Amino acid sequence: MGDFWSGLGQAAWLVLTFDSDLLAIAARSLQVSLTALLIASLLAMPLAAFLAVRRFRWRRNVIALMNALMGLPPVVVGLIVYILLSRSGPFGILGLLFTPSAMIIAQVIIIVPLIASIAHQSLRDLWQEYHDLLISMNVTQGQKIRTLLWDARRALLTAALAGFGRAIGEVGAIMIVGGNIDHATRVLTTAIALETGKGDFALALALGFVLIAITITVNFAVHWISRTESEGRW
Amino acid sequence: MVNSLFPLTVRDAVSKRGGVPLIGPIQLDLKGAGITVVMGPNGSGKTTLLRLLHGAARLNHGSIRWACDQEQARDAQTFVFQRPIMLRRSILDNLIYPLRTRGVSKAKAQEQAEHWAERLGLGGFLSRQAPSLSGGEQQKLALARALITDPELVFLDEPCASLDARTMKAIERILIDTRANGTQIIMSTHDMGQARRLADEVVFLLNGKVHEHTPAHDFFASPQTPEANAFLNGDIVE
Repeated sequence: MGDFWSGLGQAAWLVLTFDSDLLAIAARSLQVSLTALLIASLLAMPLAAFLAVRRFRWRRNVIALMNALMGLPPVVVGLIVYILLSRSGPFGILGLLFTPSAMIIAQVIIIVPLIASIAHQSLRDLWQEYHDLLISMNVTQGQKIRTLLWDARRALLTAALAGFGRAIGEVGAIMIVGGNIDHATRVLTTAIALETGKGDFALALALGFVLIAITITVNFAVHWISRTESEGRW
Repeated sequence: MVNSLFPLTVRDAVSKRGGVPLIGPIQLDLKGAGITVVMGPNGSGKTTLLRLLHGAARLNHGSIRWACDQEQARDAQTFVFQRPIMLRRSILDNLIYPLRTRGVSKAKAQEQAEHWAERLGLGGFLSRQAPSLSGGEQQKLALARALITDPELVFLDEPCASLDARTMKAIERILIDTRANGTQIIMSTHDMGQARRLADEVVFLLNGKVHEHTPAHDFFASPQTPEANAFLNGDIVE
């Protein structure tokens, strides 16, 4: 328990003194995860809407695969991205390995299926509600997708926040492709892993508390901005 | 309004669900009489017939031919469902939606939406969320949303089911005005009084088949079949 209280105290101290290393690491964590979230949402949400409104032969299999990929092991994703981005890999020429960009790519791959699956659930329910109306209005496929995405935006926020939670708490993949390089690719989770390895549990816990605080703050901020619980709004 | 949809010719139309026939075979010739009321007991296939004509239910056999091509016909008609479907948006946005999907500018769509909302007594609370409206208000909004695009034909499936007399009267007034503007209406109803007040012609359905298709006056004055006669007398028809 000593480490716990010591960690809590150290976390408070680091935050109150605006520790420059902590701020840099936390900012990098946010930068990587929010960028990954933005890219993943732009890919996953239209895909989820398309799967909700469009009937095609392998649709069920695609949905099943998407759901299965929610449990994609991050370490394996990291390994595959590492191989693809390494010097001898097909994208080695881009020089992205051990950069925040590589970490973003790995996180996008990890969270796209998660966001798409959760979003698909909401959009499928909304599509059942809207189906007859939109068919009777003879709207185009693109208009159906845009309508669903707009009208389900608050439910989609939940999907996005789940993706953010997974991304910012991820360590396996970004450790492999980012390399946990100080002042370059070190983020909160990889820093926690490093400090734990070094036996500095108090500092590791302090970073952990900061990570939890950031996650909660972002969630609160998003809910507050979008007024999800306001009466009569969706 | 010049109506390009009629005559509508239905030949041997059959609709099935899971291999079980819901209605048909149907033979029907509609020339656009104003308000066509589809009547019949529960389960006779009124909703399925309306959906079939609109293209919202699968036609398993036979043909439905409009005077114009299919795509043009779909664009020229709208459907109001028995249980109104509200977009999770404000009243104003619900009214704007069909216009915007047809490429009408935002300013013009807003102007028309405000006009229709006012006409239906919804003008005072345009920013209210549509799903929070009462059943009657939702039905009025659904009707306004269907009429705002100035369609040549409107399908209405039991538009006044479970509405109070005042709302029913308001809706009937709109339907009469709509007919006067040249829009054709094909509607189903259980309400004999409403059918008498509105119908120009009646299609009487029983067990998924058309038993009678006659001008409304003839139908109510001297029904041709014993089943229609029994139905008008309030007897149980099977």
